[in-house]
Amino acid sequence: MPKFMPFAGTMLKNLFSKPVTTSYPEKPAVYPERSRGHVEIAVDQCIMCGLCSRNCPPRAITVDRAAGTWTINRFDCVQCGYCTEVCPKKCLTIIPGYQTPGTEKKEAVYHKPAPEKKEEA
Amino acid sequence: MASKKSVVPFGPQHPVLPEPIHLDLVLDDEKVVEAIPSIGFVHRGLESLVKKKDFKEMQYVVERTCGICSFMHGMTYCETIEHIMDVEVPVRGRYLRTIWCEMSRLHSHMLWLGLLADAFGFESLFYQCWRMREQILDMFEASTGGRVIFSVNAPGGVLKDMPSDMLHAFVEKLDGFETELHKIADIFLNDYTVLTRLKGVGILTPEEAHDLGAAGPMLRASGIARDTRKLGYAAYGDLDFDIITSDDCDSFARCDVRIREMYQSIQLIKQAVDKIPEGDIAVPVKGNPEGEYFMRVEQPRGEAIYYAKGNGTKFLERIRIRTPTFANIPALLKTLKGCQLSDVPLLILTIDPCISCTER
Ligand code: SF4
Ligand code: SF4
Repeated sequence: MPKFMPFAGTMLKNLFSKPVTTSYPEKPAVYPERSRGHVEIAVDQCIMCGLCSRNCPPRAITVDRAAGTWTINRFDCVQCGYCTEVCPKKCLTIIPGYQTPGTEKKEAVYHKPAPEKKEEA
Repeated sequence: MASKKSVVPFGPQHPVLPEPIHLDLVLDDEKVVEAIPSIGFVHRGLESLVKKKDFKEMQYVVERTCGICSFMHGMTYCETIEHIMDVEVPVRGRYLRTIWCEMSRLHSHMLWLGLLADAFGFESLFYQCWRMREQILDMFEASTGGRVIFSVNAPGGVLKDMPSDMLHAFVEKLDGFETELHKIADIFLNDYTVLTRLKGVGILTPEEAHDLGAAGPMLRASGIARDTRKLGYAAYGDLDFDIITSDDCDSFARCDVRIREMYQSIQLIKQAVDKIPEGDIAVPVKGNPEGEYFMRVEQPRGEAIYYAKGNGTKFLERIRIRTPTFANIPALLKTLKGCQLSDVPLLILTIDPCISCTER
């Protein structure tokens, strides 16, 4: 038996209830702990093996062993997390917090505080 | 007297189409006598990337085939590779895959319900459906870290575990979801206006559905009980469920089948949470795939087929993806024949079209 206007109740309730959306950016967004926002490196533990850069599907990472730099183009990174899987030292992590928009594709460069460590090893 | 026919181009840009497909509708007055499709507007060439990305990286490519069933694409690809390489995924990994699969089905069908409501002009109902869908997306984000692309699959298993308190919190949320679903489903299944738009529209007889190779809810709404989940991939072999069908063969039947599948998905998740054993979630995969395999899975839109061929190097030789929308287009053309022009958007929606994954 067809009903007439079974939606009316939901509609009325909707009219008098708070919006389900939040007014971002006034109220900052809350991300769950596992949210894949951006890649973070503990660069002092990095051994510059370059595995992450060879395995990153969009090739967003460049590792320069001679200069001791680890560079990521955050605009190319798709937050897949594969680099964190392959890194032998587990010095890469993915943490919440998305890349903010920008006008140019800037790269983030991390320098390994190298010399002393290298002499030790 | 022979009447004069006119051709109305429909798409690739049309309010009801989130994605581009083009149909030339041959009209006799308001009645469609023929529909001629053309596709290829969003071809991305994902399959040919296999030459540049090795088989482990490829997982991250294939899961971008579709923004709705991305989990299932990733999973199917991984299972294909696992079969080629004879890798046995730990039971817990298989259960986790099943749970994520059913969550995908839930949010896909909820999205579809919203689009359907939008197609017949129920704007508010559309938003209510999408509001409910958001709960599932939040669950995805909490468990995998992504809302659309999950990246939790890898050949050999899954990358993230769900602790038992998370699983039980999900079950609790799904209880609330189910209560809300009852209310929303009532509108789709009983409202007078909705029924007049759906009942008896777009009949696809069981013979036609079979002959045209329809898939998924489209096929089951025509009374054919075929559900690839019964093949028992992931952990479906351990779970107890019936294939949902309807004998009405019309648009209403397709809506009804999808709604009942949502209840079933909730049941399946609960069963899986009850039965999930402790243990490993993945095994390491060594070596390169050599050989070929066909894999079939049941996506929300129907049966998807994956074919992969490896030649012993880290790059696969070929990968082929056939998505359910592609299989449903012939059936869509059949239902369009003889319908009214005003029903065309609705009928296109009833196959739950996903054009981007059709064209990959
Ligand atoms: S998260 Fe993925 S895309 Fe981003 S740097 Fe790591 S491997 Fe590359
Ligand atoms: S894989 Fe890890 S250790 Fe190797 S270069 Fe990348 S960040 Fe450094």
